[in-house]
Amino acid sequence: MLQLNSSARLEMNMPLLEWLPLLLDGTIITIQVALLSAIVSLLLAIAAGLGSISRYVFVRGFAKGYVEIFRACSLLVLLFWVYFALPFLDIELSKLMAAVLAIGLNVGAYGAEIVRSTIAAVSKGQHEAGIALNLSGNKRMVRIILPQAAARMIPPFGNLMIELLKSTSLVYFITLSDLTFEAMILRNNYYIWTPHIFGLLLLIYFVLSSFISVTARLLERKLTVWR
Amino acid sequence: MWNWDYVIELLPVFLKAFPVTLGAAFLGFTLSIVFGLLFALAGRSAFWPIRWTSRAIVEFIRSTPLLVQVFFLYFSVPMLTSFAMSAFITGVIALGLHYGTYMSEVFRSGIDAVPRGQWEAATALHLSKRKTWLSVILPQALPPVVPVMGNYLIVIFKETPTLMAITLVELLLTAKTEVSASYRVFEPYTIVGLIFLVVSLIFSIGVRRLENRLSQRENPGGGGKR
Repeated sequence: MLQLNSSARLEMNMPLLEWLPLLLDGTIITIQVALLSAIVSLLLAIAAGLGSISRYVFVRGFAKGYVEIFRACSLLVLLFWVYFALPFLDIELSKLMAAVLAIGLNVGAYGAEIVRSTIAAVSKGQHEAGIALNLSGNKRMVRIILPQAAARMIPPFGNLMIELLKSTSLVYFITLSDLTFEAMILRNNYYIWTPHIFGLLLLIYFVLSSFISVTARLLERKLTVWR
Repeated sequence: MWNWDYVIELLPVFLKAFPVTLGAAFLGFTLSIVFGLLFALAGRSAFWPIRWTSRAIVEFIRSTPLLVQVFFLYFSVPMLTSFAMSAFITGVIALGLHYGTYMSEVFRSGIDAVPRGQWEAATALHLSKRKTWLSVILPQALPPVVPVMGNYLIVIFKETPTLMAITLVELLLTAKTEVSASYRVFEPYTIVGLIFLVVSLIFSIGVRRLENRLSQRENPGGGGKR
């Protein structure tokens, strides 16, 4: 019976139109998770990146400790811990909040290294010129060092954001209905189309990633106008 | 809150799952080196269709999530071809393919760093293409990138829990099974988190040591390069 059923359905065309609403819902959730965790991770990256070159030992130690620990941590395990184990410490987060927190903390640690290393890569002469011009420490950072470092940060941050987008697929495990989750539901309902559904899923992620890399390229061009 | 008796009960269970995680990570890493070299060499091919195809494949794999690739390999390949692979094999292949694309970038940078004179010398000595690659270029291109490869071993190790999606019984899935049997959530997930943290930190100390040793070798005072 099942055999007959599936061979009968095989003769139909791919029911793409029936899939679109679910895939669209999933895409919106995926973009939402990606944008929110991008904001969290960028803030953490800047804070920890600047913190790790702070003149205060305490701030430096804290920033470096954060980077070391969260880079060594497996994101999926962290996500499980935040979503399933934290409620036992009386911290209950929604699926979306747990996802954003876990991804943000993880990606932020990688971002902090980008911020730190690009600032370190600005030549020493620029620091010295700032001192010679009698600019205060903060002004030197904000007006001289950071604009140059920012231009260098864009390509690695673009790659990092693609990594972030890819890692949003892990929210499937805590049953947040993102693209991957919706595709798995589709697969249950349209079993014989499994290869097509996953192929389509890969394609959607590829388009989203390309969007990030194009944005990064445009941003880089804009930030290097002064060169 | 934290029950030590339960923790002691859990340890042998995790000890059993740990080799699966480690095995998937090491085999995936080995395969990623193989794929990485293939992609890197194909990406430099003189024949443009090979060059473009290889680069397009690398770009596509790098831009899509490992989890979806794992699903595709595990659920679709048996339907498209008539052969099915175990969860472990599928996981290793997925890790190898996914990180092979990253590894190819690492190799590319290593190959690009070999001075042009070395290529010219190989041409002048009339070495075959095979010989040029195997005895001149790769022996100089690979050692400097070993620490970066080590970092990817750590990354691959941390990505192995993704394979629980296709029911590979590694550490995290073991923890999940324990949780649903005992209804105690905190200990299993915390222990797994700590295992990953400690092992990655140990690996990264190893990689840093390797990096230091290599940079000493690069120094003019530190003895000649082989």
